[in-house]
This record gives sequence, C-alpha cells and structure tokens, in this order.
Amino acid sequence: MHDQTKRSLFSAMLRIRRVEEALATRYAEQMMRCPMHLCIGQEAIAVGVCAALRKEDKVFSNHRAHGHYLAKGGDLSAMVAELYGRVTGCCGGRGGSMHLVDLDVGFMGATPIVGGTVPLAVGSAWAASLKGTPDVTVSFLGDGCFEEGVVHESLNFSALHRLPIIFVCENNDFSVYTRRDERQPNRPIYRIAEAHGMPAVAADGNDVEMVSSLVRTAVENARNGRGPQFLEFDAYRWREHCGPDFDDHLKYRSVQEIESGMNNCPIDRYRKVLLQSGCLDQQACTGIEAQIRKEVSAAFEFALASSKPTIKDAWEKVYA
Amino acid sequence: MHDVAERQLTFAEAIRESLDQAMEKDSRVIVIGEGVPDPKAIFNTTAGLCQKYGARRVFDMPLSENGLTGACIGAALSGIRPVMIHQRIDFALLAMDQLVNNAAKWHYMFNGKASVPMVVRMIVGRGWGQGPQHSQSLQAMFAMVPGLKVVMPTTAHDAKGMMIAAIEDDNPVLFIEHRWLHHVSDNVPDYYYRVPIGQARTLHEGSDVTVAAFSYMAFEALIAAKSMSMEMGIGLDVIDMRTVRPLDVESVLTSVRKTGRLIVADTAFRTGSIAGELISQVVEQAFSFLKAPPVRIASPDFPTPTSPFMAEDYYPGPQTIADAALDLMGKTKEADGYRRMSAVLVRKGPHDAPNREFSGPF
Ligand SMILES: Cc1ncc(C[n+]2csc(CCOP(=O)(O)OP(=O)(O)O)c2C)c(N)n1
Ligand SMILES: [Mg+2]
Repeated sequence: MHDQTKRSLFSAMLRIRRVEEALATRYAEQMMRCPMHLCIGQEAIAVGVCAALRKEDKVFSNHRAHGHYLAKGGDLSAMVAELYGRVTGCCGGRGGSMHLVDLDVGFMGATPIVGGTVPLAVGSAWAASLKGTPDVTVSFLGDGCFEEGVVHESLNFSALHRLPIIFVCENNDFSVYTRRDERQPNRPIYRIAEAHGMPAVAADGNDVEMVSSLVRTAVENARNGRGPQFLEFDAYRWREHCGPDFDDHLKYRSVQEIESGMNNCPIDRYRKVLLQSGCLDQQACTGIEAQIRKEVSAAFEFALASSKPTIKDAWEKVYA
Repeated sequence: MHDVAERQLTFAEAIRESLDQAMEKDSRVIVIGEGVPDPKAIFNTTAGLCQKYGARRVFDMPLSENGLTGACIGAALSGIRPVMIHQRIDFALLAMDQLVNNAAKWHYMFNGKASVPMVVRMIVGRGWGQGPQHSQSLQAMFAMVPGLKVVMPTTAHDAKGMMIAAIEDDNPVLFIEHRWLHHVSDNVPDYYYRVPIGQARTLHEGSDVTVAAFSYMAFEALIAAKSMSMEMGIGLDVIDMRTVRPLDVESVLTSVRKTGRLIVADTAFRTGSIAGELISQVVEQAFSFLKAPPVRIASPDFPTPTSPFMAEDYYPGPQTIADAALDLMGKTKEADGYRRMSAVLVRKGPHDAPNREFSGPF
C-alpha cells in the first residue's frame, strides 16, 4: 500500500471521529432535534470498506450511518445541515441523522428500520447485473440484522443469482443493551453466509488496512461475476446506542470491557503504526487535525446559516 | 382491602402494574419484546418484571418481529397468553403477515375451534425528530382487519384496566400506546380491575359540540374543552373512544343527537383514518340530527418530517379543536373570550416535546 493511501485511510477515520465528536458536543445545544447514533470507535470499517470502492459503486446503510456516508464521499455540510433540519440538508430536513443520502457519490440511502435496506442493496446489485454495468453494491448491516427474516431472504436471493454485492456485517456484539448471546445461538455470523455458498470471512474491524485489503479482494470477486461476498468485522461501540453520551452508568457492560474496547481504538492503533514506519510524523498529524477542524467548523457554519424549511415544504415530494 | 383513596400513577406505571398483576394472577401470561428486561425496560413499563417472574416468562427477544409474532400466535394456540411489545408501531409492520393472515383469521377459518389470546403492545412515537419511520399512527391499518381488536386507551386508569381486559380476552388485541401519554398521571386503583374493550367514555360533558377523540387527541380535546367552557361558555362533549375496533358508535350517536355537531380527532393521517369510518357511521345513522357537516381533525397526508421546522405545525392540538368547534357553531374568532382562551391554549414549550420537563427518551 502506498504511503499516500495509508495517510488517507488515517485521515478519513480521524475526520469521521472529529465530525462525530463535534456533533456530540453540540447536540447539548438542542438544535439538532433528532435521534442520533454515533459510530465512534467503529470508523475503520466504514473507511476500510469505502476505500476499496469506486465512486460509481453503491452503498446502503442503517441507523448508524454517519461514518458510511462520509467514507463514501457524502457531502459533510449537507449531512450537518440535515441534522439541523435545514433546507440544504441531504434530505431537505425530511430525514435527520437516521436518513442520509448522497446519490452523487453512490450513497443510496440509510434508514433506521433494522434490516430494512439489506434487500434494497440486493436489488441494486440485481439492477447492475440486469443492466450489465460494472458497479458493485455494499450493504452495511449490524449483528442485529441476522435475527431478521428479510436478511436471510436477501442472502439467499443474492447467492442464487450470483449478484455483485458485498455484505459487510459490523458486529459490535450489541443490539441496544442486549448482547448477542441473548439473541442468537452460539455460532459465528459469517457461517450463515457461508451456508448460502458465498465466500465469507471474519476479521478484526479495528485494523483499517486489513479491512481494506479484504474488501478489495471481495470487490474484485463480486465485480468479476463471482457472486456475493460476505465480511464480518468485530467492532466496539464506545458511546450509548442512541445519543451523544457515554452510558457506562447503566452497567450493561463492564468498565473493563469498555476500557479494553476503547484501548483498541482503530485510529490510535493506526497512528502508532504510521508514526513508527515514518509514513506520518507529528507535524503531519497536526496538519491533518487542523485541516479537519477547519472543514468541520465550516460545515457547522454552513448548516447554521442555511434557511429553515416550513410545513409548506413538507407537503412536497410525497409522490414523484 | 381496596384502597379507594386517590392514588396517582402515570400511564407507564399503570401499564407496568397491570402486567405485574396479570402475571401474578395467571401463570400463562408471558411478556416478550426487544428491550423488555434491559435497563430502560420499554420506557419503564416492564421494570422489575423479569426479576419477579424470571427469565422464562419475561424476556428480551431477537430482532425478529415477524417470526416471533408467529411464535407467539403458536404459543397462544397452545395455552400461553403472550404479551408482545414493539417500542414503535412502525416495527410491527414487519409482522403484518402473521397478524393479518394468522392471528386475525385463525379462529374464523377453523370454525371457531381455536383462538389466539394474545396482546401486542405498539407504541406510537412523536417529537424530537422521530421522523418518517418512527412516528406513524397506524391504528386504522390494523383496525380494518376483522378478527383483530384494537385499543388505544388515553388515561392511566384505562391503560391498566384495558391491559387486563386485553390479556383476559380470547382474541388478538393490539394495544396501541401514544408515547406522549406515558408520563400523564391519573387515579389508578391498586387492585385488579377491567375496563371493557369496545366502550367509549365521556371525559367532559357539554351540549354544543361532540368531540370523539382517540388516544393523545382525547387528551388534547379535554384541554380544549376545559378552556372553551371556562373562557367562552361553549360546551364540548368529549368522548374518549378508547377502542378503535370494535368502535363504540352508539356513544357517539347519543352525543350527536344532543349536540348536532361532530368533530372526530385522530392521531393518524387523515386519509383512510378511523375518523373517516366513525363519521361515515354517524352520517349513516344520524344524518338528520346533524346541523353541520362533521369535521375530521387528523395529521396531514404526508409522512412526518424530521426537521423541527417542518414538523412545527404538523400535529393538530387543542387550538385546532377549539377553532373547529367554533366554526361548527358559526362563530368567529371575534367572539367573546376567544383571545383569553387562545392565551391559555397557546403552546408553552417546544412543539416537539410533550412538556418542558420532558427530556426523553422519545
Ligand atoms: C425492525 C426494527 N426493530 C427494532 C428496531 C429498534 N432498533 C433500532 S437500532 C437497534 C439495534 C440494532 O442492532 P444492530 O443491527 O446490531 O446495530 P447497532 O445498533 O449495533 O449498530 C434496534 C433494536 C428498529 N429500528 N427496527
Ligand atoms: Mg450491533
């Protein structure tokens, strides 16, 4: 991997982290009036996956979508404006944090009904295969999705028709406060996909280079007619399921667990690697931070300066 | 034994108590849903149940709305009385097949040989940008299906009594709760009691205009009625419908024969709402009593937008009801007391939270 590629993996992760930290801080001002699910701690998956995609490749996502959207190249200002409910938001204010879209970069849509976009991703891959276009589709899905029937139906159909799709499971072991072992039998998730006859691997989702190289292979396979590919990545959600804060006081997970999750920070880990190898130095790090800070504050300024929609706007676009 | 002294419980506490007492009384009752035993305990409506009755009867479920609805139906056919919970009614859409094709039909299609005694709690969200997929009010969609009963209690008293009635009922009962009612308090007796399904209740008496209202809109109608009577001397007959199917049309007819004017206030989208059904039935049966065309008050026919600026005037409230009543009476906003009344009705806090103190979760 080129040094430049490594640096951009690093700064893409850091950018998502800083955006979400800013969102978390400013959420208390109560001007972003919508539910918000942060992906802090899980950035390596979004970044590693999207780095292996072309612009015309498609992505579908879920309630925890900020990282996926930004990594795929979604417009930062339009995302922040969406959280502030402004007309310049990526949904014109209709959606908020849980509903993001940026068709210009192939970010097809994120919605918060668990498993809801998984069959849509299959349909997108199906369309590529019907039209004979070379694009592939990524479906981001949480561990919770593997309890929903529609996900199994989607795996089945995509395998049956050898569709160009990559399923990316972000396994953070939780659905809200409920651990996976209270919801699923003791079997690895990726084996479900394997049983449908598709190549499936499980790997460390905190290692951005590993994520990216695994996805690169999967994309190449999917693009070359070898059918659906499945990747399961471990992850750890640092903050509360929904909202800007930490929720350690609820004690549904131990302090040791949270600490070890946070010690495995994908960004710190990668920074260390890049500093050691000389790919990055302190000065470069500071530069990246400054660049991101500028971009983030510009996005908030843009959002806050944008005009507010009214109920008249809300009457529009019910039908095409 | 029965303490008749007033005891205030919130709607959420009343639900919790009803589940507790029903489980205590009948070991066939089980409670299942995503988050039931977690630290937030479905907005505290299931708090402590798992500790008290054990994980075999009170449990978290996989994110499998359709499959688990079917499993609950199967268990109900086999002597269990499941209470299933969805934190949002929107999630219950995944279970539409099981509810409509199996739960609703089983008793009928097998000639009454079996029945499905189960309760499905579904919570309607509102506020803080719940948006297009977390704030729908879909009671009419379920209520159009013969074989399902659909209830929407408004007061904490009725929440407890109707939950008990629903659990004892031998049919599938969909128990729809408006999230903004959860914190509202009322007198709730501590003993085990039933409030019958299919009977409306008058919340406020008046002889000028009938307001038949569902769920949170009944709460809003009561606010309108109190200040209309106080400031303008106009009497609203507020009927809390409490049940969506079977509809208690008789109570509405009785009131309309007295007032000659009808408003139906619903929490749902206007088109296809149960408000439309209720008005049809009143018009069919009491046309000659009506002094003016009946009025539907409901949400506009577009999905709930997330942006607080777009959602600002989305939901009708007490002022909407009062204005409609005034209009039906042929009065204008120049009428005596209108300004005073509006000053009382005007929203005091942000529009997207039930009150100033409320800080979520939504
Ligand atoms: C059909 C449906 N059921 C329940 C919910 C409530 N809900 C929202 S997010 C979530 C957890 C999903 O867990 P997972 O897929 O692992 O994603 P994570 O939150 O861990 O990223 C749940 C249960 C929902 N949105 N949709
Ligand atoms: Mg998860």
